[in-house]
Amino acid sequence: MPKLTIDGELVEVPPGSTVLQACEAAGREIPVFCYHPRLNIAGNCRMCLVEVEKMPKPQASCALPAADGMVVRTNSPLVHKARKGVLELLLINHPLDCPICDQGGECDLQDLTLFYGPDKSRFKENKRPVADKYLGPLISTHMTRCIHCTRCIRFLNEIAGVEELGAVHRGEHMEITTWVEAALSSELQGNIIDLCPVGALNSKPYEYRARTWELKKTESVDVLDAVGASIRIDSRGNEVMRILPRLHEEVNEEWLADKSRFAYDGLKKRRLDVPMLRKAGKLEPVDWKTVLAAVAERVRATDPNRIAFLIGDQVDCETMVLVKELAERLGTPHVECRQDGSPLGTRPRAQYRFNTTIAGIEQADVCLLVGTNPRFEAPLVNARIRKRWRRGGFTVGRIGVPFDLTYPVQDLGAGPPTLEEVAHGWHSFAEKLAAAERPMLILGTGALARPDGAAILSLAHRLAESVRLVREGWNGFNVLHTAAARVGGLELGLVPGPGGRDLAGILDGIERGEIELVFSIGVEEIDPKRLEKAFVVHLGTHGDRTAPIASAILPGAAYTEKNATWVNLEGRPQRGRLAVFPPGEAKEDWRILRALSEAIGRTVPLDTLAQVRMRMAELAPQLGEIDRIRPAEWGSFGRAGPVDPAPFTSPIRDYWRTCPISRASSVMAECSALAAARAREATGTHG
Amino acid sequence: MSAAPGRPQPYGAMAPDVESFAFTPENLEEAKKILARYPAGRQASAVLPLLHLAQAQHGGWLPKAALDYVAEFLGMAKIRVYEVASFYDMFNTEPVGRVQVRVCTTTPCWLCGSDAVLRAAREVLGCEPGESSPDGRFFLREFECLGACANAPVLWIDDDFYEDLTYERAKAVLESVVRGERPTPGPQSGRKGSMPAGGKTTLLEVGE
Repeated sequence: MPKLTIDGELVEVPPGSTVLQACEAAGREIPVFCYHPRLNIAGNCRMCLVEVEKMPKPQASCALPAADGMVVRTNSPLVHKARKGVLELLLINHPLDCPICDQGGECDLQDLTLFYGPDKSRFKENKRPVADKYLGPLISTHMTRCIHCTRCIRFLNEIAGVEELGAVHRGEHMEITTWVEAALSSELQGNIIDLCPVGALNSKPYEYRARTWELKKTESVDVLDAVGASIRIDSRGNEVMRILPRLHEEVNEEWLADKSRFAYDGLKKRRLDVPMLRKAGKLEPVDWKTVLAAVAERVRATDPNRIAFLIGDQVDCETMVLVKELAERLGTPHVECRQDGSPLGTRPRAQYRFNTTIAGIEQADVCLLVGTNPRFEAPLVNARIRKRWRRGGFTVGRIGVPFDLTYPVQDLGAGPPTLEEVAHGWHSFAEKLAAAERPMLILGTGALARPDGAAILSLAHRLAESVRLVREGWNGFNVLHTAAARVGGLELGLVPGPGGRDLAGILDGIERGEIELVFSIGVEEIDPKRLEKAFVVHLGTHGDRTAPIASAILPGAAYTEKNATWVNLEGRPQRGRLAVFPPGEAKEDWRILRALSEAIGRTVPLDTLAQVRMRMAELAPQLGEIDRIRPAEWGSFGRAGPVDPAPFTSPIRDYWRTCPISRASSVMAECSALAAARAREATGTHG
Repeated sequence: MSAAPGRPQPYGAMAPDVESFAFTPENLEEAKKILARYPAGRQASAVLPLLHLAQAQHGGWLPKAALDYVAEFLGMAKIRVYEVASFYDMFNTEPVGRVQVRVCTTTPCWLCGSDAVLRAAREVLGCEPGESSPDGRFFLREFECLGACANAPVLWIDDDFYEDLTYERAKAVLESVVRGERPTPGPQSGRKGSMPAGGKTTLLEVGE
């Protein structure tokens, strides 16, 4: 362990540390532009210069290994002069457009210039002109502002795994570009906006819309996939202006997937903002009292055995508590939170969770993907797998349709027959899993949401047992959900009760007229044709797929508009917070159900959010511990049976449009069209 | 007169941009030989020689199709090849004349009269530095130090150095190249290599 003296203070750092890390360990702040702890070291901005004894010149501390006995000064006149010089050089070609720059107010160059920089420039010549580059519909560029830190290049190469950005030409002529004006294809590209220390890369949808200091910042969680990334919602007035990631080492580190970051314009479009009732075949706006009375009357007139509750993909746990309470009071057993039709049960809990945890992926040494495309289903999980792969000594196998996941994957086969082989130990990959110290299996909903799902789940269980995925201190069995509501629904037990129908049963029941009234709580992924025969009461946010066939519409709140709890795929309960109010007459979902229960005459006695959460903790104590994962018990699950040899497919074909919010977003529509065009070009079926 | 590998003869007008590019069978053999010099998994190291080969095949410049071809040939990301091709001055990524005429104008050559060499090149080729000749056969440019300062000033035409130039000598060399010949490379003053200009001063007893 090298010991160094930093400004007269002795610090000891782990071997392999850099001088910069040693300075930080000593509590010194070293200004940086190109250095980023999660990226490879480039050492090209020279901002981190420090004075090291016995070295003739100031040293770039980010690229200098810490050695025993070094004497470092971070606060000497030489260091100050060096920093001032570096900043003067960086500013030579940097335009003075801070007043119109989106980065203004959160710009590293601005801040560091204020603290360390010169007060005026001696450069009298013209600044260098650089043409702006086209990087697609998400990122706008102002390349004259670029200081060539190469963070964006390194992020795309290393973390996103998409080598599309580069630095062409050299010296004074160096430019960051894709060279051929092509849009970036990564699902994590938005992160380079955050990484850019200046205003060279900006969010295109947010560009020139607001200044950072006028925004209200609300810490929340994302619900557009099941990862539950920590986000910060920046709003002005009652409008979401942008969404940024928040540091959460165990979930998203400091990254965010593009759909979660850029789909927010969908929150302002196609919204249901007034209650509606179908009169003479047409949906007409009515007031809350009327719609609740009409629905209540219908409920009272219907046999409880002919009423069903379906739960959508982004429903919060508070709302689900109300659904459970209301269904119990009505006496209907037909409650279903598995909108995709997967066969996952509620006990043992390990069968539906991502037990290894996202951070746990970094400990694994072999991984088998079954029926999943994590790059689309959970880009941040895919980034973790890639992070693990980059460290070396990691094998990834796949049973499913080949797709570029940004790391090498060994394709074993496309469908259940291969899974059978591995589960029975006939396949060589089974030996690899059994021999591994920490093997993991990721089972996608593409493998489960099919008629033979229960048999597939049983096979996966058999595989888990045969290669001992579950060991002392390690659980390698994982289900990769795509819906933010799913794990919460299963934790709360929103599955058919005794004599209750599951999704297929409910849909068949509607067809045969045995289910007359369906509560669609944010259900948008079911073919509306299968619902339309019933009296559909739709509690939702967008005029998406279900609203057009609904008989009554109860406008609810989107995830940015309520204080609510979601459980991510690991089983981690997290709180989202209200950033803006729901539009028009829309209300928080649980309050709507509470009011409805009163109108029906079966009041659920939960009047405040605190009471709802108390009830939630009674139903599922683990949901009371925010941001803590209570490990799930292991056991047997699934139902052995014949399997269909058809290949597994991912439930997500179009990453950009998977939920009512992203489908309403015009930014996502643009990305989707671009991705479709790229796919056509790749297969050569165009023209 | 022998052609350098990969170079089509005789020189014609400027090579056009192309939609697709592939090595000729001979160059493919050459490329495989180059590739074999590097250990497995390190094929990307061959990017410079392969770009030279592709540029020579395509008449002095690299169209995008050629860069893409080399990227695919080596299993590299395209942008990595673009970076390399744009970094080095020896690669042209825009259409230029087939014959590369490069005049060194760095200090030693300049002190020894590179201005006159440049003037000769301008007159013979009929274009300014950074331009191709009107017939599209030649591309003239100034270059940074070519590392032959002992024989300054220097003119670099395709693969050959012409050294110890004056206005007249440069003109003679260039006119010969314009006629489609290949003048003898090396010092044009008659001395051997970079021996002293006024004849030997040491090792006098050693025979020729």
